[in-house]
Amino acid sequence: MSIKVRYFASLKENIGRSEDELILTGPLTVYGVWHQANPDKDKPNQVLAAVNMDYVDWNSPVSDGDEVAFFPPVTGG
Amino acid sequence: MSVTICTDPFNPYEVLQAYEASHLRGLGTIGATSLFIGTMRDFNEGDIVKGMTLEYYPGMTEKQLDKILIEAQNQWAVIDSLVVHRVGDIFPKEPIVLVAVWTYHRGDAFDASRFIMEALKSKAPFWKKERLLNEQERWVAKNSNGYQSS
Repeated sequence: MSIKVRYFASLKENIGRSEDELILTGPLTVYGVWHQANPDKDKPNQVLAAVNMDYVDWNSPVSDGDEVAFFPPVTGG
Repeated sequence: MSVTICTDPFNPYEVLQAYEASHLRGLGTIGATSLFIGTMRDFNEGDIVKGMTLEYYPGMTEKQLDKILIEAQNQWAVIDSLVVHRVGDIFPKEPIVLVAVWTYHRGDAFDASRFIMEALKSKAPFWKKERLLNEQERWVAKNSNGYQSS
């Protein structure tokens, strides 16, 4: 099972990457995706998560082929 | 209903004229049109700001803006609505965002327009990075808690 992980804005700069490709061996939540992609980093405060471009709770499951994104609070307008 | 993300400067009045000519010509039911134009300020948090870069999440940004416009149409009697938002490098005085709402009555135009702007500021994935006088750069902090109905 493979998923794409994307990072935006200040989070992308802090992590030093804009995306990861993860190979998963079993069921995983968004929270689990964060930990597998960033094993040495706790989940930052106030970071938002999306799966397939919709906001989700960090406990939501992810499926094969999903695109998971992490980013800071938005500041458009 | 229309959502546009643009990388180049835009003239909100020309965009409006063109949209009205192509989508709303001859529509006698419109009783109110509400326009909101957000432009870039040259100051923020007590500092002079020379410019900014607006990052977005292609695909998700448009998807969330579409959802916001549909939500507004479900909540108020909206005939049509439009959002144009800049991304990339922006300079003071340039328009950042245009929201237009066409309705039968003024109350719906005011309320739907306010809702769309506040929802955009709290849900649409855009991020502003300011460039200050000394070339120092900083990310702008969260700037809306969403629409609060009165």
